[in-house]
Amino acid sequence: MEVTTHGNSGFPRLGQPAPLFEAQTTQGTIRLEDFKGSWLILFSHPADFTPVCTTEFVAFSEMAPEFKKRNVELCGLSIDSTYSHIAWVRNIEKNFGIKVPFPVIADLNKDVASLYGMIMPGESKTETSRCVFVIDPNGILRAMIYYPLTTGRNMQEILRLIDALQMTDKNGVATPANWKPGEKVIIPPPATTEAAEERMKAGFETKDWYFSKKAV
Amino acid sequence: MPCVDSSGELTPTAGKILTAMTTAMPLSEVSRKTGLALYQVRSAARELVEAGLVEETDGIYIVADAGHAALAKMPGKN
Repeated sequence: MEVTTHGNSGFPRLGQPAPLFEAQTTQGTIRLEDFKGSWLILFSHPADFTPVCTTEFVAFSEMAPEFKKRNVELCGLSIDSTYSHIAWVRNIEKNFGIKVPFPVIADLNKDVASLYGMIMPGESKTETSRCVFVIDPNGILRAMIYYPLTTGRNMQEILRLIDALQMTDKNGVATPANWKPGEKVIIPPPATTEAAEERMKAGFETKDWYFSKKAV
Repeated sequence: MPCVDSSGELTPTAGKILTAMTTAMPLSEVSRKTGLALYQVRSAARELVEAGLVEETDGIYIVADAGHAALAKMPGKN
C-alpha cells in the first residue's frame, strides 16, 4: 500500500489535507481520492465480532441514508482481515436484519491506522480506538473525534457535526454549543472598532459587539 | 470493487458499470446511470482499465473490445 503524509509527522491536523491511502476493503481496493467530491466519515473500531462495535455498525448502517442525503460517504476500518470483515457484516445482517452499506478497510498491517493515529498504545497496541475523521469534498480534514474502547459513539452527534460543518461552509457562520439545524447561528465577531459599532446597529440578536446570532 | 469473480466472470456490479459504459461517458454520469456511489465507480473503473476491459481518454470511459466480449459471456446476455 502506498501512503502519503503531505509533510505531516505524527497525527493528522485539522485544516490540512487528509493523509492519502490505498487500502483493501470489503468493496475492493479503495483510495482516499475516490471520495473526492463527497464528504467522508472515516472511522475505526477496535475489532470485528465484539459487542460495542456491533452496536456501532448497526447504528452507522441505520444512519447511512441520513448521511447520504448530506452527500456523506462512510468508511470503516479495523486491524482485521477482509475475510473477518465479510463474515462479521454477514453476521450483522443475519442477527440484526441490517445490511452494512459502506466499505470496511482491512488494515492488517496498520498502515492507515498509523497514518491517522488511530492506535492508542495506552489502551491497546493491537486494536484501533474509536476514531472518527471527517474529511470534506476537497480532501481536507475538518474534524476528529476519539472515543475509548469502552464507549460507543453517538451517531446523532456525528450527524450534528456534519450539519454544523456544512452550515459553516454554506453561510460563513459558526454554530453555538448544542446547536441543531433550524436554530440560530453565530455571526463571526467584527475585526475592527468601526465594524463593532456597525454590528451593534445591524439588527441581529446581539448581546454585545462580539456576540451576535441570526437565523439562517 | 472486484470486477471479476473467482470463475473469471464479471461481477454483477462490473456488468452494470460496463453496460453503462457502452456509451462513452465520464464517471459521474456512470454513477448517475447505475445508481452506484461515485467512489465505487471510480474504484471499479480503475480496475476495469487495468484489466483492459475499459478505455479512458481525458476522463471519458468506454468499453473496450475485451469488455464487450466479457459482457457477452455474462449470464442472460446470450
